[in-house]
Amino acid sequence: MSTRTVEMALATPGLDDRGRPSRLPLGVGTAVDDDLGAEHMLVNIGPQHPATHGVLRLVLELEGETVKRCIPHIGYLHSGFEKLGEYRHYNQIVPLTDRTDYLSPMANNVCLALAAEKLMGIEITERCQVLRVIACEMSRVISHLVWLGTTGIDLGAFTPFLWSFYQRERIYNLQEAWTGARLTTSLTRIGGMMADVPDGWEAGLRDFTATFTKTLDEVDTMFTRNSIWCGRTQGVGVLTADEAINYSLSGPMLRASGVDYDVRKDRPYLGYETYDFDVPVGEHGDIYDRYRVRLEEMYQSNRILEQALDRLARLKGAPLNTDDHRVILPPKGRAMSDMEAMIHHFKQVMEGVPAPAGEAYLGVENPKGELGYYFVADGTAKPVRWRIRPPSFINLACLPKLCEGALLSDVIAINASVDIVMGEIDR
Amino acid sequence: MTAVAPGLSPSVEALRAAFGSAVLRSAVSCGDSIVWVDRDRAHEVLAWLKNTPGQEFNYLTDITAVDYRDPGQPLEVSYQLRSLGRKVDLRVKVPLDKAKPLTVDSVFDLWRGADWLEREVFDMFGVTFAGHPDLRRILMWDTYAEGHPLRKDFPLRGNFTRAEQTRQALAANPEAHYSMEELSIADAFNELPDDMKRRLLEGQRGELR
Repeated sequence: MSTRTVEMALATPGLDDRGRPSRLPLGVGTAVDDDLGAEHMLVNIGPQHPATHGVLRLVLELEGETVKRCIPHIGYLHSGFEKLGEYRHYNQIVPLTDRTDYLSPMANNVCLALAAEKLMGIEITERCQVLRVIACEMSRVISHLVWLGTTGIDLGAFTPFLWSFYQRERIYNLQEAWTGARLTTSLTRIGGMMADVPDGWEAGLRDFTATFTKTLDEVDTMFTRNSIWCGRTQGVGVLTADEAINYSLSGPMLRASGVDYDVRKDRPYLGYETYDFDVPVGEHGDIYDRYRVRLEEMYQSNRILEQALDRLARLKGAPLNTDDHRVILPPKGRAMSDMEAMIHHFKQVMEGVPAPAGEAYLGVENPKGELGYYFVADGTAKPVRWRIRPPSFINLACLPKLCEGALLSDVIAINASVDIVMGEIDR
Repeated sequence: MTAVAPGLSPSVEALRAAFGSAVLRSAVSCGDSIVWVDRDRAHEVLAWLKNTPGQEFNYLTDITAVDYRDPGQPLEVSYQLRSLGRKVDLRVKVPLDKAKPLTVDSVFDLWRGADWLEREVFDMFGVTFAGHPDLRRILMWDTYAEGHPLRKDFPLRGNFTRAEQTRQALAANPEAHYSMEELSIADAFNELPDDMKRRLLEGQRGELR
């Protein structure tokens, strides 16, 4: 039998005392079928569902339209990257990282190179650092643009999706010109980069940084004070600062809850401490604040990109790769004409670069949160253990908590706000 | 063993003072401070690190495990801790003798973030976390029978032949995608055909009949 009391009539929601659109109280309705009211319903979403952003499967227990329990199922995209890494040389792991968080492959490449360099004790050149910063920030912009577009679609706004994907395409073109690939970039090598940027490439990125924020302004105009957007996101999926820390969240999820922690500021790498940028921090910990944090991060990434381009112009002609011959291949011309160089090339490719016994963890601020690579080495050219600290995986773990008591339609919005990428969750 | 390596985190000395012989050894590798602690007091040590003023390792960055290539070496569960306020890291490792049951106390009560991380270590290495409320496989499916993929005795292509893997994948039953707990929601279980119910009750999931 139904346990609900039907007293109120359906009404158009007005504004609450804080000026935000009020939401219909739960359990309101005039013609509720008794059969549906009392018992809980099981709803399965995914793994093939556009709103789960990949092969995520959610089993929901509903009472009416309220979520009582959310049980996520993951692993549909499990590829065993960590196991594969144990069978590969350090440089051969780089292509695996492309395929984990496939929305920001260049940032993953950079993290891998940094972790392996920490393990081997290799210093990289200043020009290499600047190019890596550019790679990281380009990745942040495209990853956040995908998030912005798809979340807009999930909540019923189609146009910003087209705007953000148009801008994303411009970065993809630059990425393709630099690395030869749109997705599987494999940009870095231990001690340097796979390739320098081609001639005239900087002008393309300058053009992007000069015009890109116009799109963000337009999205800001569309969303930030839009009553539908505010109504669907404000006060939904709230997490306090203490909870966010307790759940080990990182990245925009952590900062939207009011925790001022950004790896770029607090454990700087690649000389991030020398760039001038701000870290946006939210205060309510709801979907709206996560949106505001990510939107502002794109403006800040744009600032970093502009500064990095200035430095790149200053470092024109400076060496790109480290001069440590343990890890860097000899120039192709010498390898083809000089016996010693050819032997060196051959041994390095066939036998790999041995890392000294030890272990190193290095975390970087990826678009999704703190991506960490943890290497354990035993003196051979292949790691004993390569662990990915996956930000999406750890952020998604709080989904049952966020969804508890929310409406079914809010589950879609909450899931979108976590900004997951299944390649990284399932690895 | 007792000499303090250069750059070792002061937390290690504090741990030695507080826990004595439970702190097995410590080292610095690539600038990271690592401390090995005894399995039986691991939870106590981690709780102390989290709650003691001056330590305040309030953020659990990661839990993982390492299985070394030398089969005689113990498997290590590794906790990467961070103090967000003090901006310092510490890695706590708990060696587990492979001849004995691989068990360590769960830190779920200290950090909720440990939930999925411990499930993953259980899934990939077969380490049991005592006190975890919902310890089941996470990346591999519930009926996965080949073992624990990240153990060094697990071959790269799995323990079963490709033919057997394919046969099992094709033979999986639809109800195997739901746990008993999930089927109990909404009386879904009662609506299943009788033979499915019988198979579920017998625990025969994922097998073709």
